[in-house]
Amino acid sequence: MAEPILTVENLSKHFGGLRAVNDASFTVEAGRITALIGPNGAGKTTVFALITGFLKPSSGRIAYNGEAITGIPAHLLARRGIARTFQIVQPFAGLTVLQNIAVGSHLHIPGRAAALAAAEEVAALVGLTPMLHQPASTLTVAGRKRLELARALATAPKLLLLDEVLAGLNPSEIRDMIPIIRAIAARGVTILMIEHVMQAVMSLADQIFVLVEGHVIAQGTPQTVAADPKVIEAYLGAGAAARLAGGAHAG
Amino acid sequence: MTTLMNRGFLSIVIVVALLACVPFLTASNSVLNFLVTGLLLTLAGQGWNVLGGYGGQYSFGHAAFFGTGAYATAILQVRYGFNAWPAFAIGIAAGAAVGAIIGAMTFRSGLRGSYFALVTLAFAEVLRIVASVAPFTGAGTGTLIKLNVGAQAMQFQSRAAFYWMILALVAIALVVTRLIEQSRFGAWLVAVRENQDAARALGVDVTRVKLGAMTVSAALAAAAGCFYAQYFLFIDSGIAYGTWISVEALLAPIIGGIGTVFGPLLGAMMIKVLGEAAKHLIGDAPGLDLVLYGMVLILIVAFAPRGIAGIVAQVQGWLTPKKGKPHG
Amino acid sequence: MHLTILIPAILNGLLTGAVYALIALGLTLVYGVLHIINFAHGAMLTAALFAAFFMHKLLGLDPYIAVFILSPAFFALGYALQRFVIGPAAHGSDSNILLVTLGLSVVIENAMLHFFRADTRTIDVPYGFSVVPVAGAYLSVPRLVGFGVAVLVAVLLWALLTRSDTGKAIRAVAKEKLGAELSGIDVSHIYAVTFGLGAACVAIAACLLIPTYYVNPHVGTGFVLVAFTIVVLGGMGSIPGALIGGLFVGVVESLCGLYLGESLGQIGIFLMFILVLLFRPSGLMGERA
Repeated sequence: MAEPILTVENLSKHFGGLRAVNDASFTVEAGRITALIGPNGAGKTTVFALITGFLKPSSGRIAYNGEAITGIPAHLLARRGIARTFQIVQPFAGLTVLQNIAVGSHLHIPGRAAALAAAEEVAALVGLTPMLHQPASTLTVAGRKRLELARALATAPKLLLLDEVLAGLNPSEIRDMIPIIRAIAARGVTILMIEHVMQAVMSLADQIFVLVEGHVIAQGTPQTVAADPKVIEAYLGAGAAARLAGGAHAG
Repeated sequence: MTTLMNRGFLSIVIVVALLACVPFLTASNSVLNFLVTGLLLTLAGQGWNVLGGYGGQYSFGHAAFFGTGAYATAILQVRYGFNAWPAFAIGIAAGAAVGAIIGAMTFRSGLRGSYFALVTLAFAEVLRIVASVAPFTGAGTGTLIKLNVGAQAMQFQSRAAFYWMILALVAIALVVTRLIEQSRFGAWLVAVRENQDAARALGVDVTRVKLGAMTVSAALAAAAGCFYAQYFLFIDSGIAYGTWISVEALLAPIIGGIGTVFGPLLGAMMIKVLGEAAKHLIGDAPGLDLVLYGMVLILIVAFAPRGIAGIVAQVQGWLTPKKGKPHG
Repeated sequence: MHLTILIPAILNGLLTGAVYALIALGLTLVYGVLHIINFAHGAMLTAALFAAFFMHKLLGLDPYIAVFILSPAFFALGYALQRFVIGPAAHGSDSNILLVTLGLSVVIENAMLHFFRADTRTIDVPYGFSVVPVAGAYLSVPRLVGFGVAVLVAVLLWALLTRSDTGKAIRAVAKEKLGAELSGIDVSHIYAVTFGLGAACVAIAACLLIPTYYVNPHVGTGFVLVAFTIVVLGGMGSIPGALIGGLFVGVVESLCGLYLGESLGQIGIFLMFILVLLFRPSGLMGERA
């Protein structure tokens, strides 16, 4: 088993009476692609916000490379190598694609020219080279998702959290994006991704955690998770696993 | 890189050099006076532009920094016998310090948008009221700097000397703005303006970046205040901490082109031209210039949100044949 | 401090506070629905005070009668300003709205400075100095009227918002603009109605103020900063908050004036305002943001 780069223990977050995250625990192993899946409203995005320092947990611990990082503000975590993308893309709309990415590369590169050069390299990696000097506001949805990815990547992260980078893309755009994610992982970046596009999760993820009502209910390889009756019921409702099994027999 | 740097600074050198020639072309006091007040406004506007234009934090109370600079310069000379030059420098530092303090308080509480505008306005009002009653500011009667002509007292016989002095200050402000624009700090500042959450995710310390911008911004506005005191030799609470300077400081960059290096200069000169034109057409009536400025503000926001610079860019776009021309 | 001085000061503070509350009501309503601060609010108050002044001076109309002309007139004015100036000019951006309302306030205030000069003017009404004894203090009758009407208007406004169809639409827009739009509510109309209501509040406040107060082109600025304080204290967008906040600020100001003197008393308000904004930006009664 590889070293865990991220350990989440008994993490909870309450908003008033709502328990968005409820005693969730999981680990992310270095150098692999881990997926966090679950039905809408399961608390996945909240978990991301907690890990990346955008929210402070109500209770629980988060460790990164063995060090406690619970409650450390977002910008300091980014400096330590944790980057994220947003489910609802957050481009710097008034800036060009290149300028957007350069904000990321500036994290470790003070010089303007060097940062711009580094940004150009990252842009090439995600296929944004033709749009470098276009305002970010003119990009298509697919373009914005790539930009989101490129900016995060430009900070030279060790751990990259991707929040639904495939959502809203058409099948051919998804097919284009999957090798990009794979290439990022191949460069040694550990990836934790929230994803609803199951075909992509199945092909990309080494390890999957299933979050339901703020709690991790199942984990394992894509195959084990897909066959887990608890998971099927969480997605399709109580009794679904049995019905599916019955249906299979009947057919 | 070097060519890019040269291009950025070359335009500043050219503009400043051309402006520096004006006293050789005319000795008219009214022309020079017009330009001095225009450049004074440019300086204050450039201050506002750093925070508002590049950082997206709209202050409605830059009078707080302008007035602090003006009062510090005046009071240090009048009450504590300081020489004008160090008093001027301390005035700038005092304005910057007020900016840093107000910034630290507001940004740490996460105030932005309407709230930030309100708080800056309220701070300026508090300072105005304090200055209008406190004895050491001369309270209601104001503070008069003793006439003492001579370079050592920063009181020049010729308007031209004052003109070159304010031009030098504006030149510094232009260079500072250009340096910010081409630096990491500037990239972060603009990122904060465009989207704070995204900036944080990319490792930007949002509070610190805003605080830095506010301090620079306040220092520039304070420099304008120091110069005002030195040029007119009289200030009171209504001048130093008055709404007029808060409004004109934001108007200049908005008219000229918000978040651009030359926007405040263009806008300030436009404001002065408008003011003069109104005077000639309708006569010197109190308030009329500001009525005009208010209307221009609304019209610019409505029809040319990027100001004169935006209009120029658009016209350029029409004139040049369509080509994928990179800029950045 | 002796009670015979303290009690009148508190009562007078409450009377002033009610009118403050009325001004704040307009501001908080606009904030609650449009989510912007109307920086032209003070200038609109000054304009209303001048209107009330001239209605008395030129037409001989008592302010308490003029209110029935001025409040609908200001409603229309506010409606038109939002619908035809602020809305279209702002292109939906909050910072643009800030700038446009700032521009409006500069225009209105300085136009009045231009036409009416900086002179301070007052009107004479027969009841201007009448007093009644209340709890050992002599209270000004017109200011008592002001208190009563201000509270009445707050209650009416509350009823309008909770009972009428327009009120329901306003609340729907305040809560969920997109949803309201999708369910067929004309959002720009509702915005303009809200702005009109805010302006009407200011017109009523002006008619209540003018018998005992004065008008000059800068008078609105002072009031509106007080109103901002109240709005923040009471929680941005909250009508009961504005009423309670108004009364509270009125008393604080009255007491500060008693202990610190007239001009420094004003500072008390601003300092309170800044402290509240810094430490409880969601208001004393609101939840922590």
